[in-house]
Formats: sequence, structure tokens, C-alpha cells
Amino acid sequence: MNIWLNFLIDSVAFGATFIYGSTGEILTEKAGHLNLGIPGVMCMGGAGGCLMLNMIGKSGLPPFMIVLLGMLGSVLFSVLCGLIYSFLTVSLRANQNVTGLALTTFGVGLMKVIMIKLDATVYLVGPKEYYRWPFAARQDSLQALGILFFLAIAIALIAGYVLTRTRVGLNLRAVGEAPATADAVGINVIRYKYLATCIGSGIAGMGGFYYIVDYMASQEAYLSIEALGWLSIALVIFALWRPPMTIIGSTVFGFLFSCSSFITNIPGITVTMAMKPLLRMLPYVVTILVLIITSIRNKRENQPPASLGQSYFREDR
Amino acid sequence: MGDGKLEKQLAMQMRGITKRFGPILANDHVDLDVYRGEILAVLGENGCGKTTLMNMIAGIYFPDEGHILIDGKEVVIRSPKDAFEHKIGMIHQHFKLVDLFTAAENIVLGIEEKGEYNLKKVNARVAEISQKYGFHLDPTKKIYDMSVSEKQTVEILKVLYRGADILILDEPTAVLTPQEITRLFSVLRRMRDDGKSILIITHKLNEVLEVSDRVAILRKGEHVATVNTAETSEAELTELMVGKKIDLNISRSDPVNPQPRLIVRDLNLVSPEGLQVLRDISFTANGGEILGIAGIAGSGQRELLDTIAGLQKPASGEIVFHNPKKDKPVTFFHKSLKRVRELGKAHAFHDRKGNEVSFEGMKRRQIRKWVESGDVLFKEDEVMDLRNKNPLEIRQLGIHLSFVPEDRLGMGLVASMNITDNMMLRSYRKGSAGMLNRKHPREQAEEIVRDLEISTPSLTTPVRKLSGGNVQKVLVGREIAFTPKVLMAAYPVRGLDINSSYAIYNLLNHQKEQGVAVIFVGEDLDVLLALCDRILVMNGGKVTGIVDARMATKEEIGLLMTKSERREERAANE
Repeated sequence: MNIWLNFLIDSVAFGATFIYGSTGEILTEKAGHLNLGIPGVMCMGGAGGCLMLNMIGKSGLPPFMIVLLGMLGSVLFSVLCGLIYSFLTVSLRANQNVTGLALTTFGVGLMKVIMIKLDATVYLVGPKEYYRWPFAARQDSLQALGILFFLAIAIALIAGYVLTRTRVGLNLRAVGEAPATADAVGINVIRYKYLATCIGSGIAGMGGFYYIVDYMASQEAYLSIEALGWLSIALVIFALWRPPMTIIGSTVFGFLFSCSSFITNIPGITVTMAMKPLLRMLPYVVTILVLIITSIRNKRENQPPASLGQSYFREDR
Repeated sequence: MGDGKLEKQLAMQMRGITKRFGPILANDHVDLDVYRGEILAVLGENGCGKTTLMNMIAGIYFPDEGHILIDGKEVVIRSPKDAFEHKIGMIHQHFKLVDLFTAAENIVLGIEEKGEYNLKKVNARVAEISQKYGFHLDPTKKIYDMSVSEKQTVEILKVLYRGADILILDEPTAVLTPQEITRLFSVLRRMRDDGKSILIITHKLNEVLEVSDRVAILRKGEHVATVNTAETSEAELTELMVGKKIDLNISRSDPVNPQPRLIVRDLNLVSPEGLQVLRDISFTANGGEILGIAGIAGSGQRELLDTIAGLQKPASGEIVFHNPKKDKPVTFFHKSLKRVRELGKAHAFHDRKGNEVSFEGMKRRQIRKWVESGDVLFKEDEVMDLRNKNPLEIRQLGIHLSFVPEDRLGMGLVASMNITDNMMLRSYRKGSAGMLNRKHPREQAEEIVRDLEISTPSLTTPVRKLSGGNVQKVLVGREIAFTPKVLMAAYPVRGLDINSSYAIYNLLNHQKEQGVAVIFVGEDLDVLLALCDRILVMNGGKVTGIVDARMATKEEIGLLMTKSERREERAANE
């Protein structure tokens, strides 16, 4: 029993990485932009945060400030990536897929350059004490959950609320569904696209930061962020473009992703080395299943934003 | 004078407005005055720059030169938002609605109001406004569930909700039934009496005369005249519009030796939603004759043509095609002896004198000799059932459908391809060894550009850059270019100006004289009466009558079009 509960909590904590990534991507996609640069953005977010921590880690600032400044560094770097992406795709109307993929390549590469130069003993300052408030003192698995985890949940819920219950959300959805229509009613399409992409990138970037300094708190953590970024994009489909759904989805993904290592802990089950890659496939299989099911049901509300991937130019005929 | 008329205030002035799209001059120094409390009709041929001009007031385009003055003050309208701030609202020809949203969400979209965002309040207010003007609309209904006229209602409500003072309507009646048009006009008059300025773009002269106070006429991007509606006539407006007097009579020849070409018997069609869209349709289309189909939009005209073209499978009934193919030598298309033998079992061969020939028991060499000499003729089946054929087979038999949808670029043409490539969509299967034959389509493209006077910078220009009317000419011209045996043209002149319409009518007449069975689905009853030989009237998926176009009157057809128990019921309720 306890083994399962521990595993569930661990999945939830791990899943917060996906919540950041896919909530960010959902906001971007709701503006009609498919940002395949999210893995790169998450890497840059992680690198930016660690770079900041590396600079202030030994300055003796209060833990609260260290966490805050780390997040700030992470957001700064990832928003910069978002700006590059939105300048290319919104203003210059470059192909979104190509731009996104380029951004991923760029982000991953630059992160590796930065992370190699950093000192892990400095940027991984007291993850337990700093980041796992209020459960830092607990001895059981609850200590895996902390302030950044709750922030992820809050961001997903707030994003869901904004999208469905506010005027800004209505406008943003209109921009993604039919930019010409949104433009005709006086919505500043360009501004919405820029803001959605940059805010989305900022949120996604914190996912990388969370994964390195909080969840994993290890020196090699940054190497697997790119894979998590791709999963976050898949999770957007799983969540049917609804941020609160990413909370459930990320748990499922977290569960499936770590399944291969967890399953060996269960007595009576033996996993050969050959089976592990197969088990690691599970999140993607589930994503395809969700795609199939929603396609069969063919409900308009569960489809991607109608103008996803298309550039908008007002005077285009 | 000296009464209320003189007190009319200028609402908006346009001075020297000029707009270019590349080398094309869309508007050339247009001056236009709009007063408060009037309905101003903006009239002009296709591509004359009406919509472009209106789009500049609405902030969709920005003029290259010139100023716009509102209440005497110069304003800069850089975006639709600016237009709203100056209380200008435009109802576009292609609705600008978000399909996934409800009516109310679409209506409040983009409004920056202080205070909380409460959809319930919005729903109530929308219901209130629609009640005030006599619209029937459920604010919580999603757009993708709506009919065209409901969508238009949403568009109008959107502008009313914002309290616009200057309303621009781009061809608002094109998609409405006569009853809906009457209702729309009464709403427009009510708004005029309220002191609002209404600009209405339309092609239909009778509507201009019916609803407007003044008419501004544009020709080739220039504002040629503004006249008071009360002091003008249809003939004068037409003359101002096209620049020369044109003959409004359509030449109609008598059908020569009409032979049944397409026979439809008791056709029933059920839509995927389970609605019966066609009920017991029976008619015969003759070669060398134009059969008109009249009816209010959505009476099943489109479904009928789709079914004949093989795009939809009927629930029951027959569609029989009489192929007028002449006898052809066997060699022409069956080279293999094995094929010839097989065919000989199923079909009759005959020689040039008409005697039947049998290959039964004949030697190989002898058969080859006969076939290669071209003396053995193969008589094709004259009568065939179309129900079991797929759309491609039906096309190859020469049954061509040219449907002009409301969204001209959505169906039938690929917007980003040029005219030649669009021609090739019909012929790409021709050519040898997997290579495309580009020469022939290019010649055909040149031909239709020349014959239909399509104005395009070049043959390599993507069709989306052409104006609506020109796009349509490409669509209709392409079907005609492939020498059909049955030509089905649905709304081929929808939204076209008079000159282009007549070009299309002449083309249809020409096809008829060549012995083609032409089926023409039209909107304008005058045109149907002048062009067709017989008119089939549809109503609610049923044929309510087939009349001789030379004898019938407009009233007679109008009655058949609207004859329906449900409609009478509704009329009684109101």
C-alpha cells in the first residue's frame, strides 16, 4: 500500500514539470501558435535559473529571496526565448514549426554550454530546505512536494480560469480560433499573440528550473529536460487544451514515465532491460490513444485552435 | 424645403481616398459624404472597389492617400478598434464570427467594458436587443450550429450591441430569403429613423430602389455619381454603374430536337443527421435545353446536384443517364485481344453497315485483322444507372457540376494555385507515364481568361489574389472548358456584376446550342424566366412544380417556391 502511495506522490511531484511545460504551451497554442520550441524554452528556463542561483548562491541572501531570484532568472531567460519565437513567427510570419524546432536546438545547446560552466554545489543550494516548504521537515514522501509544486497547480488553475471565465481569455481564444474575426472586432491580435507566447514561455521555462533544482536536485538533471519538453507538448493534446486537465494529465504522464523504474520495486515482477524502452513508450501511446478517441468523438470543443500554425496578416487576401 | 430634410448633418466625409494593391488601383481619389439618418446604397460592378472603400472606413485597410472626417473632424482609422471608437460598425459579406463561440460570446468579443465579465448578463442584454428589433436568436447557441441567416443576425446584433452610429452592410441580402430581407429592411429603416447612418453595398437594383435614400455609384475605383433614389431609375443606375447602356435581354434560342439526357425518378436523400433533404424528386433534363431550378436557398438544390454528381448516395430512387456517345471502332480503346473477347461476350459489336458481328468461334488472327481494320464498331451502353458510379466515373461520362458556394475559394478551387494549375485539377490524370501535361491546361486557361474577360495580372497569379467575380469566372469557365454532356451550374452568377453575369449566360446558352443538357440553379427569378426553357421549382426538398419558362409568370413561381404548410402556419401566427 505504502509503496503505491509513495509512488503516486512521486508521480505528482514529477508531473509538475509537465504542468509548467504544457500550461505554457496551451497559452501559446490558444493564440494560434504551435511552439515546438518548448523543450528549448524549458532548457533555457532551467539554465537561466541555475545561472542566477550560481551568482547569488553564496551571497547569504535569505532563502526566500534566493528562490524568488532563481525563478526570476528562469523566467527572464525563457521569456527571451519566447520573444525570439514570437518576433520570428508573429512579426516576420516565419514558419512556426521550423522556428520552433530551431529554438529547441538552440535552447538545448546553449543550456549545455551554460550548465557545464556552473558549479552544482552552488546552484543546488538546499533544495529541501528552500523549495520544499511547508513539508521540508517531514520524513515521508510528502516532502517531495513544495512551493514550486503548488505554484504549478495554481498556475494551471488560474490559466484555466482566465481562459474560460474572463474577457481576456475570450479574446485570446478568439485570436487562436479566428484571428481575422478577432481583428475585425478591435482586438489587438499581434499584442495578444506576443503576450501569450511570452507568458507561455515564461511558465514553461519554470518547468525546467523546477525539475533541476527542486524535483531532481542533481547535477545531471538538465540532460533529460528536452525529453520532458516533448512530453509536455504531447500532454497538451492529452489535456484537450484545458490547463486544469494538465494536472491530471501530468500525474498520468509522470506515473507512466517513471513506470519502468518503479515496476522493478514491486515484488514478483521482473523487468528485463529490453522491456524498459517499451515501458518508456507508454506516455506517447496514451497520447495517441487520446488523439484517436477525441478524433472519433469529433466534438468541436476538443479540437485544437482553428488557426493553429497559421500566420496572420491583416491585409492578406 | 426648409423642413427636416435640410437639418441633416454630415456624419462622415471621405476626401481623396486612394488605395492600391500592388499594381491595381482599387480606389482612386474617392470623395463621399454620409449624412445622419439616411440609408446610402453603394453600388458598383465587381472589383470596382466598393468593399475596399468600406473596409477602409472599418479599419481593415488603411488608405494610401486621403482623409476621413467624422462629424467634421479629421480622424485616423488604423484598426477596427479605432473604427468602433468612432462608432462605425461593419457587417462583412463573409461573416467574421468565431465558430466555436456562442452568439453572446461573439457579440461581446473585443468590447472593453469596465466591471466584471458576466455572460449571463450579456445573454440577457442580447435577448433584449434582439427582441426589440424582432430577431429570433438564442444567445447561447454556438455559431457552428447556426444557419446563414442566424449568423447574419449575430453580426448585426454585434454592431447594434456596440451602439454604432454608422453601419456598413456588405451585400447583406445575398444569403437571405425574401421574408428575411423584408425583416432586415424594416430593421434598417428603424435604425435610420433613430438617426443612424447606414451604408449598404448591394448588387440588386430593386433593393437599392426599395430601401435607400441616396445611391453612390462607383466605377473602376472612382466615385462617378451620387443620386437621390427618389429621382432615379433602374436604367439610369445601370448606366452609371457600367458606363454604357446594356441590353438587358438574354437571347434565348428554341431547343433543337431535345432528347432525354438525365432522368431522375423518385429520388430520396437522407442527410447524415437523419433529416430527409430530398423527397420523391422526379424530372427529366433534356439535351439542348436549359432546365432552371428555382427555390429559396436551402430547399435541397445543392443536395440534388450533389447526388447526381455522385457526391452523396441517395436512399432510394433512380438516376438514369442517356449517354449520347456515337459508335466507335473497337480499336479505339481496346487493344488487347483478350479484352475484346471479354467485351464481345457482354456487348454487341456490329460492322459499319449495322450488322451484328460475333467473335464466337473466330480465330485469333481473324479477330485481330477485323479489329485493326477499324471495321468493327462497339456500341456503348446508351442507358446507365449513375447510382453505383463514383464521382470520378460520373465526371468522365461528361456530367459536370460547377457549384459556386458561398465561400468561393473553399470548394472547387485551390486559392494559392494559379489559374492553369486550377484547370489541371480536372485534367491531371491525363498525360503519359506519370508526367503532367501542362501545355493543354495552359491553353485552356488562356482561353477562359480571354473569353470571360478575367482580369488577372498573369496566368501565374494565385487565384486568391483575384477579385470574387473573377474567381467565379474561373470556376465556371473550367467546367465548360471540358466539353460536358450535362452541365450543372449552381449559382454561377452569385455576386457577379451584370457584364460578367451576361458572359456566363451566353456561355450556358452556347452549351445548350451544342446539345448539352444544362441545369441552372439560380436565385434571380427574372434571369431564370429569361434564360431557361423549363423551370423546376423546389421547396423543402420536394418538387412543387415544373413550368414552361416561356409561359410562366414570376408570381406563379414565387407561389410554388413558398407554398408550404409550415410557412403558412408561421404566417398565421405572426
